Amino acid sequence: MHIHFLDPYRPRNSLVHRLDPRIKLVLAVAFILTNALLPSGAWPFYILLFALILSVEVISDLGMAYVLKRSSLALPFMLAALPLIFTIPGVSLFSFSVGPWQIHASLQGLERFISISIKSWLSVQAAIVLAASTSFPDLLVAMRALYVPQLLVSVFGLMWRYMFVLVDEASRLLRARSARSGQSDLPGARTGGSLSWRARVTGGMAGSLFLRAFERSDRIYMAMVSRGYDGEVRALPLPQVQPTQWVVLVAGLGLLVAFLGLALLVWG
Amino acid sequence: MLRTPIAMHIPDGFLSVPVSIFFWIISILVIGYALKRVSADLGERRVPLMGVLAAAIFAGQMLNFAVAGGTSGHLIGAALATILLGPWAAMVILTCVISVQALIFQDGGLLVLGTNIFNMAIVAVTVSYMVYHSVRWLAGSKSWGVYASGFIAAWTSVVVAALGTAMELAVSGTSPANIAIPAMGGIHALIGIGEGLITVGALAFLRASRRDLLRSDEAGPPRGRLVWVAGLALALLLAVASPLASRHPDGLMQVAAQYGFLTSARDPFFRLVPHYLFPGIENKTLATILAAVLGTLIVFGVVLGVAFARRRKSSSDGGQNNMTPG
Repeated sequence: MHIHFLDPYRPRNSLVHRLDPRIKLVLAVAFILTNALLPSGAWPFYILLFALILSVEVISDLGMAYVLKRSSLALPFMLAALPLIFTIPGVSLFSFSVGPWQIHASLQGLERFISISIKSWLSVQAAIVLAASTSFPDLLVAMRALYVPQLLVSVFGLMWRYMFVLVDEASRLLRARSARSGQSDLPGARTGGSLSWRARVTGGMAGSLFLRAFERSDRIYMAMVSRGYDGEVRALPLPQVQPTQWVVLVAGLGLLVAFLGLALLVWG
Repeated sequence: MLRTPIAMHIPDGFLSVPVSIFFWIISILVIGYALKRVSADLGERRVPLMGVLAAAIFAGQMLNFAVAGGTSGHLIGAALATILLGPWAAMVILTCVISVQALIFQDGGLLVLGTNIFNMAIVAVTVSYMVYHSVRWLAGSKSWGVYASGFIAAWTSVVVAALGTAMELAVSGTSPANIAIPAMGGIHALIGIGEGLITVGALAFLRASRRDLLRSDEAGPPRGRLVWVAGLALALLLAVASPLASRHPDGLMQVAAQYGFLTSARDPFFRLVPHYLFPGIENKTLATILAAVLGTLIVFGVVLGVAFARRRKSSSDGGQNNMTPG
Protein backbone atom coordinates (compact mmCIF):
# COMPACT_ATOMS: atom_id res chain seq x y z
CA MET A 1 0.00 0.00 0.00
CA HIS A 2 2.77 2.43 -0.86
CA ILE A 3 4.24 4.46 -3.62
CA HIS A 4 4.42 1.54 -6.05
CA PHE A 5 0.76 0.89 -5.84
CA LEU A 6 -0.24 4.46 -6.65
CA ASP A 7 2.47 5.99 -8.75
CA PRO A 8 2.15 5.02 -12.42
CA TYR A 9 5.70 6.18 -13.16
CA ARG A 10 7.82 3.27 -14.35
CA PRO A 11 11.49 4.16 -14.44
CA ARG A 12 13.22 2.86 -17.57
CA ASN A 13 16.17 4.01 -19.57
CA SER A 14 14.44 4.58 -22.87
CA LEU A 15 14.46 7.41 -25.39
CA VAL A 16 10.92 8.31 -24.38
CA HIS A 17 11.90 8.54 -20.72
CA ARG A 18 14.85 10.76 -21.58
CA LEU A 19 12.77 13.15 -23.65
CA ASP A 20 12.29 16.54 -22.04
CA PRO A 21 9.07 16.51 -20.00
CA ARG A 22 7.94 19.79 -21.53
CA ILE A 23 8.21 18.35 -25.02
CA LYS A 24 6.54 15.14 -23.95
CA LEU A 25 3.57 17.00 -22.50
CA VAL A 26 3.18 19.17 -25.60
CA LEU A 27 3.42 16.17 -27.91
CA ALA A 28 0.94 14.15 -25.86
CA VAL A 29 -1.58 16.98 -25.91
CA ALA A 30 -0.95 17.53 -29.64
CA PHE A 31 -1.55 13.84 -30.27
CA ILE A 32 -4.82 13.96 -28.35
CA LEU A 33 -5.85 17.15 -30.15
CA THR A 34 -5.11 15.59 -33.55
CA ASN A 35 -7.23 12.66 -32.54
CA ALA A 36 -10.08 14.89 -31.53
CA LEU A 37 -9.92 16.88 -34.77
CA LEU A 38 -9.94 13.85 -37.08
CA PRO A 39 -13.27 13.40 -38.80
CA SER A 40 -15.50 10.51 -37.91
CA GLY A 41 -14.74 7.37 -39.92
CA ALA A 42 -11.27 8.40 -41.09
CA TRP A 43 -10.03 4.84 -40.63
CA PRO A 44 -6.65 5.12 -42.40
CA PHE A 45 -5.65 7.95 -40.11
CA TYR A 46 -6.73 6.09 -37.00
CA ILE A 47 -4.51 3.25 -38.13
CA LEU A 48 -1.58 5.60 -38.71
CA LEU A 49 -2.03 7.25 -35.32
CA PHE A 50 -2.28 3.83 -33.73
CA ALA A 51 0.97 2.83 -35.44
CA LEU A 52 2.53 6.02 -34.14
CA ILE A 53 1.51 5.51 -30.52
CA LEU A 54 2.36 1.82 -30.72
CA SER A 55 5.86 2.70 -31.91
CA VAL A 56 6.28 5.12 -29.03
CA GLU A 57 5.14 2.40 -26.64
CA VAL A 58 7.69 -0.02 -28.11
CA ILE A 59 10.47 2.55 -27.83
CA SER A 60 9.42 3.52 -24.31
CA ASP A 61 10.06 -0.03 -23.07
CA LEU A 62 6.99 0.14 -20.83
CA GLY A 63 5.56 -3.14 -22.00
CA MET A 64 2.61 -3.46 -24.29
CA ALA A 65 0.63 -5.40 -21.70
CA TYR A 66 0.97 -2.62 -19.16
CA VAL A 67 -0.29 0.09 -21.50
CA LEU A 68 -3.10 -2.00 -22.92
CA LYS A 69 -4.28 -3.07 -19.50
CA ARG A 70 -4.38 0.47 -18.23
CA SER A 71 -6.07 1.76 -21.39
CA SER A 72 -8.96 -0.64 -20.91
CA LEU A 73 -9.88 1.27 -17.78
CA ALA A 74 -11.29 4.06 -19.93
CA LEU A 75 -13.65 1.76 -21.80
CA PRO A 76 -16.74 1.94 -19.55
CA PHE A 77 -17.39 5.51 -20.59
CA MET A 78 -18.12 4.27 -24.11
CA LEU A 79 -21.54 3.37 -22.78
CA ALA A 80 -22.36 7.07 -23.04
CA ALA A 81 -21.85 7.00 -26.80
CA LEU A 82 -23.58 3.66 -27.40
CA PRO A 83 -27.08 5.15 -27.95
CA LEU A 84 -25.70 7.01 -31.00
CA ILE A 85 -25.97 3.77 -32.98
CA PHE A 86 -29.71 4.01 -32.67
CA THR A 87 -30.32 7.74 -32.79
CA ILE A 88 -28.32 8.90 -35.80
CA PRO A 89 -30.41 8.51 -38.92
CA GLY A 90 -28.92 6.63 -41.85
CA VAL A 91 -28.74 3.31 -43.65
CA SER A 92 -30.48 0.77 -41.46
CA LEU A 93 -28.32 -2.12 -40.28
CA PHE A 94 -30.91 -4.04 -38.31
CA SER A 95 -33.95 -3.19 -36.28
CA PHE A 96 -35.82 -4.71 -33.41
CA SER A 97 -38.77 -3.73 -31.32
CA VAL A 98 -38.87 -3.19 -27.60
CA GLY A 99 -42.49 -3.00 -26.51
CA PRO A 100 -44.17 -0.29 -28.57
CA TRP A 101 -40.90 1.13 -29.93
CA GLN A 102 -39.22 0.16 -33.15
CA ILE A 103 -35.47 0.65 -32.84
CA HIS A 104 -33.19 0.99 -35.86
CA ALA A 105 -29.46 0.66 -35.77
CA SER A 106 -27.86 2.78 -38.47
CA LEU A 107 -24.59 2.39 -40.29
CA GLN A 108 -23.75 6.05 -39.71
CA GLY A 109 -24.47 5.71 -36.01
CA LEU A 110 -22.27 2.64 -35.75
CA GLU A 111 -19.49 4.41 -37.63
CA ARG A 112 -19.66 7.36 -35.27
CA PHE A 113 -19.72 5.16 -32.17
CA ILE A 114 -16.70 3.15 -33.29
CA SER A 115 -14.85 6.34 -34.26
CA ILE A 116 -15.42 7.88 -30.84
CA SER A 117 -14.33 4.70 -29.11
CA ILE A 118 -11.13 4.41 -31.14
CA LYS A 119 -10.24 8.08 -30.70
CA SER A 120 -10.79 7.88 -26.98
CA TRP A 121 -8.74 4.68 -26.71
CA LEU A 122 -5.84 6.18 -28.68
CA SER A 123 -5.89 9.37 -26.61
CA VAL A 124 -5.83 7.47 -23.36
CA GLN A 125 -2.77 5.54 -24.52
CA ALA A 126 -0.90 8.79 -25.12
CA ALA A 127 -1.78 9.94 -21.61
CA ILE A 128 -0.65 6.62 -20.17
CA VAL A 129 2.71 6.78 -21.92
CA LEU A 130 3.15 10.33 -20.65
CA ALA A 131 2.34 9.42 -17.04
CA ALA A 132 4.33 6.19 -17.06
CA SER A 133 7.47 7.68 -18.59
CA THR A 134 7.57 11.01 -16.73
CA SER A 135 8.02 11.38 -13.00
CA PHE A 136 5.69 13.78 -11.27
CA PRO A 137 8.36 16.39 -10.43
CA ASP A 138 9.22 16.44 -14.14
CA LEU A 139 5.56 16.99 -14.97
CA LEU A 140 5.59 19.94 -12.59
CA VAL A 141 8.50 21.41 -14.55
CA ALA A 142 6.50 20.92 -17.74
CA MET A 143 3.49 22.63 -16.22
CA ARG A 144 5.57 25.60 -15.17
CA ALA A 145 7.01 25.90 -18.64
CA LEU A 146 3.47 25.91 -20.05
CA TYR A 147 2.54 28.88 -17.88
CA VAL A 148 0.46 27.10 -15.27
CA PRO A 149 0.49 29.59 -12.36
CA GLN A 150 3.36 29.00 -9.95
CA LEU A 151 0.98 28.90 -6.99
CA LEU A 152 -1.05 26.10 -8.56
CA VAL A 153 2.11 24.18 -9.42
CA SER A 154 3.30 24.36 -5.81
CA VAL A 155 -0.06 23.15 -4.57
CA PHE A 156 0.21 20.24 -7.03
CA GLY A 157 3.66 19.46 -5.70
CA LEU A 158 2.57 19.45 -2.09
CA MET A 159 -0.53 17.46 -2.90
CA TRP A 160 1.59 14.84 -4.60
CA ARG A 161 3.83 14.48 -1.56
CA TYR A 162 1.01 14.04 0.88
CA MET A 163 -1.29 12.03 -1.35
CA PHE A 164 0.48 8.83 -0.43
CA VAL A 165 0.34 9.66 3.25
CA LEU A 166 -3.35 10.44 3.14
CA VAL A 167 -4.24 7.47 0.96
CA ASP A 168 -2.52 5.34 3.60
CA GLU A 169 -4.52 7.17 6.24
CA ALA A 170 -7.77 6.51 4.36
CA SER A 171 -6.97 2.85 3.90
CA ARG A 172 -6.20 2.58 7.64
CA LEU A 173 -9.61 4.05 8.36
CA LEU A 174 -11.20 1.52 6.02
CA ARG A 175 -9.24 -1.34 7.59
CA ALA A 176 -10.27 -0.22 11.06
CA ARG A 177 -13.88 -0.20 10.00
CA SER A 178 -13.67 -3.72 8.60
CA ALA A 179 -11.96 -4.83 11.81
CA ARG A 180 -14.80 -3.41 13.87
CA SER A 181 -17.53 -4.79 11.66
CA GLY A 182 -18.60 -8.31 12.38
CA GLN A 183 -20.43 -10.26 9.74
CA SER A 184 -22.57 -13.28 10.39
CA ASP A 185 -23.88 -15.91 8.04
CA LEU A 186 -26.60 -16.93 10.45
CA PRO A 187 -29.97 -16.39 8.81
CA GLY A 188 -31.52 -14.45 11.69
CA ALA A 189 -28.53 -12.28 12.51
CA ARG A 190 -28.73 -8.72 11.31
CA THR A 191 -25.37 -7.22 10.48
CA GLY A 192 -24.15 -4.05 8.95
CA GLY A 193 -26.73 -1.72 10.47
CA SER A 194 -29.08 0.48 8.51
CA LEU A 195 -28.12 2.38 5.40
CA SER A 196 -28.09 5.74 7.11
CA TRP A 197 -26.00 4.32 9.96
CA ARG A 198 -23.43 2.99 7.50
CA ALA A 199 -23.41 6.32 5.73
CA ARG A 200 -22.95 8.14 9.02
CA VAL A 201 -20.00 5.94 9.96
CA THR A 202 -18.40 6.63 6.58
CA GLY A 203 -19.13 10.31 7.00
CA GLY A 204 -17.38 10.21 10.35
CA MET A 205 -14.39 8.66 8.64
CA ALA A 206 -14.42 11.40 6.00
CA GLY A 207 -14.69 14.03 8.71
CA SER A 208 -11.81 12.61 10.68
CA LEU A 209 -9.68 12.24 7.55
CA PHE A 210 -10.38 15.88 6.79
CA LEU A 211 -9.60 16.95 10.32
CA ARG A 212 -6.34 15.03 10.41
CA ALA A 213 -5.34 16.57 7.09
CA PHE A 214 -6.25 20.00 8.39
CA GLU A 215 -4.12 19.57 11.49
CA ARG A 216 -1.33 18.05 9.46
CA SER A 217 -1.33 21.07 7.16
CA ASP A 218 -0.90 23.23 10.24
CA ARG A 219 2.14 21.26 11.35
CA ILE A 220 3.56 21.35 7.84
CA TYR A 221 3.08 25.08 7.72
CA MET A 222 4.91 25.48 11.06
CA ALA A 223 7.72 23.27 9.82
CA MET A 224 7.98 25.30 6.63
CA VAL A 225 8.00 28.61 8.54
CA SER A 226 10.69 27.36 10.87
CA ARG A 227 12.79 26.58 7.80
CA GLY A 228 12.41 30.09 6.45
CA TYR A 229 9.22 29.90 4.37
CA ASP A 230 7.73 33.38 3.93
CA GLY A 231 4.76 32.63 1.72
CA GLU A 232 6.65 33.36 -1.45
CA VAL A 233 6.83 30.44 -3.84
CA ARG A 234 10.29 30.22 -5.34
CA ALA A 235 11.59 27.80 -7.89
CA LEU A 236 14.79 27.16 -9.76
CA PRO A 237 14.87 28.58 -13.28
CA LEU A 238 13.78 26.11 -15.91
CA PRO A 239 16.60 24.21 -17.58
CA GLN A 240 17.30 24.84 -21.25
CA VAL A 241 15.73 22.53 -23.81
CA GLN A 242 18.44 20.63 -25.67
CA PRO A 243 18.67 21.24 -29.46
CA THR A 244 18.08 17.56 -30.26
CA GLN A 245 14.92 17.70 -28.20
CA TRP A 246 13.66 20.61 -30.25
CA VAL A 247 14.12 18.45 -33.32
CA VAL A 248 11.90 15.77 -31.76
CA LEU A 249 9.26 18.38 -30.99
CA VAL A 250 9.26 19.83 -34.49
CA ALA A 251 9.28 16.41 -36.13
CA GLY A 252 6.46 15.13 -33.92
CA LEU A 253 4.29 18.19 -34.43
CA GLY A 254 5.04 18.18 -38.15
CA LEU A 255 3.96 14.58 -38.46
CA LEU A 256 0.73 15.19 -36.58
CA VAL A 257 -0.07 18.32 -38.60
CA ALA A 258 0.61 16.40 -41.81
CA PHE A 259 -1.75 13.60 -40.76
CA LEU A 260 -4.41 16.08 -39.82
CA GLY A 261 -4.04 18.13 -42.98
CA LEU A 262 -4.20 15.06 -45.15
CA ALA A 263 -7.19 13.71 -43.25
CA LEU A 264 -9.13 16.96 -43.56
CA LEU A 265 -8.22 17.30 -47.26
CA VAL A 266 -9.08 13.76 -48.26
CA TRP A 267 -11.88 13.03 -45.83
CA GLY A 268 -13.39 16.36 -44.81
CA MET B 1 -9.86 1.11 -5.85
CA LEU B 2 -8.74 4.61 -6.64
CA ARG B 3 -11.04 5.08 -9.53
CA THR B 4 -14.17 6.89 -8.59
CA PRO B 5 -17.07 4.99 -10.12
CA ILE B 6 -18.74 8.23 -11.00
CA ALA B 7 -19.39 8.72 -14.67
CA MET B 8 -18.40 12.33 -14.58
CA HIS B 9 -14.75 12.26 -15.63
CA ILE B 10 -15.14 12.66 -19.38
CA PRO B 11 -12.31 10.93 -21.29
CA ASP B 12 -10.64 12.44 -24.36
CA GLY B 13 -12.46 11.86 -27.63
CA PHE B 14 -15.92 12.43 -26.21
CA LEU B 15 -16.09 16.18 -26.57
CA SER B 16 -15.70 18.17 -29.73
CA VAL B 17 -12.75 20.55 -29.90
CA PRO B 18 -14.78 23.80 -29.79
CA VAL B 19 -16.60 22.61 -26.66
CA SER B 20 -13.31 21.61 -25.01
CA ILE B 21 -11.68 24.94 -25.82
CA PHE B 22 -14.70 26.95 -24.71
CA PHE B 23 -14.70 25.34 -21.27
CA TRP B 24 -10.91 25.57 -21.00
CA ILE B 25 -11.19 29.33 -21.39
CA ILE B 26 -13.94 29.63 -18.78
CA SER B 27 -12.09 27.38 -16.35
CA ILE B 28 -8.80 29.25 -16.75
CA LEU B 29 -10.50 32.57 -16.08
CA VAL B 30 -12.43 31.35 -13.04
CA ILE B 31 -9.55 29.39 -11.49
CA GLY B 32 -7.20 32.31 -12.11
CA TYR B 33 -9.54 34.55 -10.16
CA ALA B 34 -9.97 31.88 -7.46
CA LEU B 35 -6.17 31.69 -7.03
CA LYS B 36 -6.05 35.43 -6.51
CA ARG B 37 -8.82 35.32 -3.93
CA VAL B 38 -7.26 32.39 -2.12
CA SER B 39 -3.94 34.19 -1.91
CA ALA B 40 -5.65 37.15 -0.32
CA ASP B 41 -7.71 35.04 2.09
CA LEU B 42 -5.21 32.46 3.25
CA GLY B 43 -1.93 34.30 2.87
CA GLU B 44 1.18 32.32 3.68
CA ARG B 45 -0.73 29.21 4.62
CA ARG B 46 -2.28 28.72 1.20
CA VAL B 47 0.22 26.23 -0.22
CA PRO B 48 0.42 23.74 2.67
CA LEU B 49 -3.28 24.02 3.47
CA MET B 50 -4.56 23.53 -0.05
CA GLY B 51 -1.97 20.93 -0.98
CA VAL B 52 -2.72 18.70 1.98
CA LEU B 53 -6.47 19.14 1.71
CA ALA B 54 -6.39 18.32 -2.00
CA ALA B 55 -4.59 15.13 -1.05
CA ALA B 56 -7.27 14.53 1.60
CA ILE B 57 -10.10 14.92 -0.91
CA PHE B 58 -8.28 12.60 -3.28
CA ALA B 59 -7.86 10.00 -0.53
CA GLY B 60 -11.38 10.63 0.78
CA GLN B 61 -12.82 9.49 -2.53
CA MET B 62 -11.72 5.99 -1.54
CA LEU B 63 -14.15 6.00 1.36
CA ASN B 64 -17.32 4.13 0.55
CA PHE B 65 -20.16 2.24 2.12
CA ALA B 66 -22.26 -0.63 0.86
CA VAL B 67 -25.67 0.40 -0.41
CA ALA B 68 -27.41 -2.62 -1.92
CA GLY B 69 -26.74 -5.26 -4.52
CA GLY B 70 -23.00 -4.67 -4.69
CA THR B 71 -23.28 -0.94 -5.30
CA SER B 72 -21.71 1.54 -2.95
CA GLY B 73 -21.98 5.16 -1.97
CA HIS B 74 -18.92 7.34 -2.36
CA LEU B 75 -17.63 10.65 -1.23
CA ILE B 76 -16.90 13.17 -3.99
CA GLY B 77 -16.20 16.00 -1.63
CA ALA B 78 -17.08 19.19 -3.51
CA ALA B 79 -19.79 20.19 -1.04
CA LEU B 80 -17.74 19.27 2.03
CA ALA B 81 -14.76 21.28 0.81
CA THR B 82 -16.98 24.24 -0.02
CA ILE B 83 -18.68 24.21 3.38
CA LEU B 84 -15.43 24.00 5.29
CA LEU B 85 -13.11 26.18 3.25
CA GLY B 86 -15.26 28.55 1.26
CA PRO B 87 -15.80 28.53 -2.48
CA TRP B 88 -12.46 29.82 -3.76
CA ALA B 89 -10.23 27.44 -1.87
CA ALA B 90 -12.60 24.57 -2.67
CA MET B 91 -12.38 25.35 -6.39
CA VAL B 92 -8.59 25.35 -6.34
CA ILE B 93 -8.46 22.14 -4.31
CA LEU B 94 -10.87 20.30 -6.58
CA THR B 95 -9.03 21.58 -9.64
CA CYS B 96 -5.88 19.97 -8.26
CA VAL B 97 -7.67 16.71 -7.52
CA ILE B 98 -9.22 16.52 -10.98
CA SER B 99 -5.99 17.46 -12.74
CA VAL B 100 -3.97 14.82 -10.90
CA GLN B 101 -6.64 12.24 -11.64
CA ALA B 102 -6.40 13.09 -15.32
CA LEU B 103 -2.64 13.48 -15.60
CA ILE B 104 -1.61 10.51 -13.50
CA PHE B 105 -4.48 8.07 -13.44
CA GLN B 106 -6.13 8.83 -16.80
CA ASP B 107 -9.37 9.36 -14.96
CA GLY B 108 -10.70 11.91 -17.41
CA GLY B 109 -8.88 13.25 -20.46
CA LEU B 110 -6.30 16.01 -20.91
CA LEU B 111 -7.88 17.98 -23.73
CA VAL B 112 -11.23 17.84 -21.94
CA LEU B 113 -9.67 18.63 -18.55
CA GLY B 114 -10.99 22.19 -18.75
CA THR B 115 -14.52 20.86 -19.09
CA ASN B 116 -14.07 18.39 -16.24
CA ILE B 117 -12.75 21.20 -14.06
CA PHE B 118 -15.72 23.30 -15.04
CA ASN B 119 -18.21 20.58 -14.07
CA MET B 120 -16.65 19.18 -10.94
CA ALA B 121 -14.80 22.16 -9.53
CA ILE B 122 -16.66 25.23 -10.70
CA VAL B 123 -20.28 24.13 -11.13
CA ALA B 124 -20.28 21.73 -8.17
CA VAL B 125 -18.66 24.27 -5.84
CA THR B 126 -20.68 27.34 -6.79
CA VAL B 127 -23.93 25.38 -6.69
CA SER B 128 -23.21 23.79 -3.33
CA TYR B 129 -22.17 27.16 -1.94
CA MET B 130 -25.39 28.75 -3.12
CA VAL B 131 -27.59 25.92 -1.84
CA TYR B 132 -25.79 25.51 1.49
CA HIS B 133 -26.01 29.15 2.40
CA SER B 134 -29.55 29.61 1.18
CA VAL B 135 -30.88 26.65 3.16
CA ARG B 136 -28.78 27.63 6.15
CA TRP B 137 -30.26 31.09 6.03
CA LEU B 138 -33.80 29.74 5.69
CA ALA B 139 -33.32 27.36 8.60
CA GLY B 140 -32.26 30.20 10.87
CA SER B 141 -30.50 29.10 14.03
CA LYS B 142 -32.03 25.62 14.15
CA SER B 143 -29.48 22.94 14.85
CA TRP B 144 -30.68 20.72 11.99
CA GLY B 145 -29.94 23.58 9.60
CA VAL B 146 -26.34 22.49 9.13
CA TYR B 147 -27.29 18.93 8.28
CA ALA B 148 -30.22 19.73 6.04
CA SER B 149 -28.27 22.32 4.11
CA GLY B 150 -25.23 20.04 3.91
CA PHE B 151 -27.29 17.20 2.50
CA ILE B 152 -29.16 19.31 -0.02
CA ALA B 153 -26.00 21.10 -1.10
CA ALA B 154 -24.15 17.82 -1.65
CA TRP B 155 -27.03 16.24 -3.55
CA THR B 156 -27.63 19.28 -5.76
CA SER B 157 -23.96 19.74 -6.57
CA VAL B 158 -23.67 16.17 -7.82
CA VAL B 159 -26.86 16.25 -9.87
CA VAL B 160 -26.26 19.67 -11.43
CA ALA B 161 -22.67 18.77 -12.33
CA ALA B 162 -23.94 15.57 -13.95
CA LEU B 163 -26.53 17.50 -15.95
CA GLY B 164 -23.75 19.78 -17.13
CA THR B 165 -21.70 16.77 -18.21
CA ALA B 166 -24.64 15.32 -20.12
CA MET B 167 -25.32 18.62 -21.86
CA GLU B 168 -21.69 18.92 -22.96
CA LEU B 169 -21.75 15.39 -24.35
CA ALA B 170 -24.98 16.16 -26.17
CA VAL B 171 -23.68 19.41 -27.65
CA SER B 172 -20.57 17.56 -28.82
CA GLY B 173 -22.80 15.03 -30.54
CA THR B 174 -21.33 12.07 -28.69
CA SER B 175 -24.39 11.16 -26.70
CA PRO B 176 -27.98 11.90 -27.68
CA ALA B 177 -29.54 14.48 -25.39
CA ASN B 178 -32.80 12.63 -24.88
CA ILE B 179 -30.92 9.61 -23.48
CA ALA B 180 -27.83 11.14 -21.86
CA ILE B 181 -29.60 13.79 -19.81
CA PRO B 182 -32.20 11.61 -18.09
CA ALA B 183 -29.68 8.78 -17.66
CA MET B 184 -26.96 10.95 -16.14
CA GLY B 185 -29.47 12.89 -14.06
CA GLY B 186 -31.12 9.71 -12.81
CA ILE B 187 -27.94 7.87 -11.89
CA HIS B 188 -26.51 10.90 -10.14
CA ALA B 189 -29.74 11.57 -8.28
CA LEU B 190 -28.97 8.25 -6.56
CA ILE B 191 -25.22 8.84 -6.24
CA GLY B 192 -26.06 12.25 -4.79
CA ILE B 193 -27.94 10.64 -1.92
CA GLY B 194 -24.81 8.72 -0.90
CA GLU B 195 -22.74 11.87 -1.21
CA GLY B 196 -25.31 13.78 0.84
CA LEU B 197 -25.38 11.18 3.61
CA ILE B 198 -21.58 11.05 3.88
CA THR B 199 -21.39 14.84 3.90
CA VAL B 200 -23.92 14.96 6.75
CA GLY B 201 -21.93 12.32 8.66
CA ALA B 202 -18.74 14.32 8.19
CA LEU B 203 -20.44 17.53 9.31
CA ALA B 204 -21.81 15.78 12.41
CA PHE B 205 -18.34 14.51 13.26
CA LEU B 206 -16.74 17.93 12.78
CA ARG B 207 -19.48 19.66 14.73
CA ALA B 208 -18.81 17.37 17.65
CA SER B 209 -15.03 17.59 17.52
CA ARG B 210 -14.08 20.94 16.00
CA ARG B 211 -17.07 23.20 16.01
CA ASP B 212 -14.86 26.20 15.24
CA LEU B 213 -14.30 24.90 11.72
CA LEU B 214 -17.99 25.21 11.00
CA ARG B 215 -18.63 28.38 12.93
CA SER B 216 -17.12 30.83 10.48
CA ASP B 217 -20.11 30.40 8.20
CA GLU B 218 -22.80 30.05 10.79
CA ALA B 219 -24.52 33.41 10.86
CA GLY B 220 -26.38 35.57 8.46
CA PRO B 221 -27.03 35.61 4.75
CA PRO B 222 -24.28 34.55 2.35
CA ARG B 223 -21.35 36.90 2.13
CA GLY B 224 -19.76 35.95 -1.17
CA ARG B 225 -22.52 37.40 -3.28
CA LEU B 226 -20.75 36.80 -6.59
CA VAL B 227 -20.47 33.05 -6.02
CA TRP B 228 -24.02 32.87 -4.72
CA VAL B 229 -25.44 34.53 -7.82
CA ALA B 230 -23.25 32.42 -10.11
CA GLY B 231 -24.35 29.27 -8.33
CA LEU B 232 -27.99 30.20 -8.66
CA ALA B 233 -27.57 31.05 -12.32
CA LEU B 234 -25.75 27.79 -13.11
CA ALA B 235 -28.23 25.68 -11.17
CA LEU B 236 -31.21 27.33 -12.85
CA LEU B 237 -29.63 27.20 -16.27
CA LEU B 238 -28.84 23.51 -16.08
CA ALA B 239 -32.03 22.54 -14.28
CA VAL B 240 -34.20 24.37 -16.78
CA ALA B 241 -32.21 23.81 -19.94
CA SER B 242 -31.60 20.10 -19.58
CA PRO B 243 -35.21 18.89 -19.50
CA LEU B 244 -35.89 21.17 -22.45
CA ALA B 245 -32.90 19.82 -24.32
CA SER B 246 -33.80 16.24 -23.57
CA ARG B 247 -37.33 16.76 -24.81
CA HIS B 248 -36.16 18.40 -28.01
CA PRO B 249 -32.81 16.78 -28.73
CA ASP B 250 -32.98 17.84 -32.36
CA GLY B 251 -33.04 21.46 -31.30
CA LEU B 252 -29.75 21.04 -29.46
CA MET B 253 -28.25 19.17 -32.38
CA GLN B 254 -29.34 21.94 -34.72
CA VAL B 255 -27.77 24.61 -32.56
CA ALA B 256 -24.63 22.52 -32.29
CA ALA B 257 -24.46 21.98 -36.03
CA GLN B 258 -25.04 25.67 -36.66
CA TYR B 259 -22.12 26.66 -34.50
CA GLY B 260 -19.92 24.03 -36.02
CA PHE B 261 -19.64 21.75 -33.00
CA LEU B 262 -20.64 18.75 -35.02
CA THR B 263 -18.15 19.06 -37.84
CA SER B 264 -17.69 15.34 -37.94
CA ALA B 265 -21.36 14.47 -37.78
CA ARG B 266 -22.23 16.65 -40.72
CA ASP B 267 -21.09 14.64 -43.70
CA PRO B 268 -22.96 11.34 -43.21
CA PHE B 269 -26.28 13.03 -43.89
CA PHE B 270 -25.69 13.51 -47.58
CA ARG B 271 -23.74 10.40 -48.35
CA LEU B 272 -26.88 8.37 -48.64
CA VAL B 273 -27.02 8.38 -52.45
CA PRO B 274 -25.73 4.96 -53.51
CA HIS B 275 -23.88 5.90 -56.67
CA TYR B 276 -22.08 8.60 -54.78
CA LEU B 277 -21.22 6.26 -51.94
CA PHE B 278 -19.85 3.45 -54.03
CA PRO B 279 -16.66 4.89 -55.55
CA GLY B 280 -16.03 6.68 -52.28
CA ILE B 281 -16.00 3.42 -50.39
CA GLU B 282 -13.68 1.85 -52.91
CA ASN B 283 -11.14 4.62 -52.50
CA LYS B 284 -11.49 4.59 -48.77
CA THR B 285 -10.98 0.87 -48.54
CA LEU B 286 -7.84 1.23 -50.59
CA ALA B 287 -6.62 4.06 -48.38
CA THR B 288 -7.37 2.05 -45.26
CA ILE B 289 -5.47 -0.95 -46.52
CA LEU B 290 -2.58 1.29 -47.49
CA ALA B 291 -2.56 2.85 -44.04
CA ALA B 292 -2.64 -0.57 -42.40
CA VAL B 293 0.33 -1.74 -44.44
CA LEU B 294 2.23 1.46 -43.75
CA GLY B 295 1.37 1.32 -40.04
CA THR B 296 2.48 -2.28 -39.75
CA LEU B 297 5.74 -1.43 -41.50
CA ILE B 298 6.38 1.49 -39.14
CA VAL B 299 5.75 -0.55 -36.01
CA PHE B 300 7.72 -3.48 -37.38
CA GLY B 301 10.64 -1.20 -38.17
CA VAL B 302 10.56 0.29 -34.70
CA VAL B 303 10.43 -3.13 -33.06
CA LEU B 304 13.41 -4.26 -35.14
CA GLY B 305 15.30 -1.08 -34.33
CA VAL B 306 14.70 -1.39 -30.59
CA ALA B 307 15.59 -5.10 -30.58
CA PHE B 308 18.77 -4.39 -32.54
CA ALA B 309 19.80 -1.53 -30.25
CA ARG B 310 19.21 -3.65 -27.19
CA ARG B 311 21.18 -6.55 -28.56
CA ARG B 312 24.12 -4.37 -29.46
CA LYS B 313 24.06 -2.81 -26.02
CA SER B 314 23.99 -6.13 -24.20
CA SER B 315 26.81 -7.54 -26.34
CA SER B 316 28.96 -4.44 -25.88
CA ASP B 317 28.34 -4.53 -22.13
CA GLY B 318 29.87 -8.00 -22.23
CA GLY B 319 30.25 -10.31 -19.25
CA GLN B 320 30.81 -7.73 -16.52
CA ASN B 321 27.31 -6.39 -17.03
CA ASN B 322 25.98 -5.39 -13.63
CA MET B 323 23.10 -3.30 -14.85
CA THR B 324 19.82 -4.33 -13.38
CA PRO B 325 17.07 -4.49 -15.94
CA GLY B 326 14.18 -2.11 -15.64
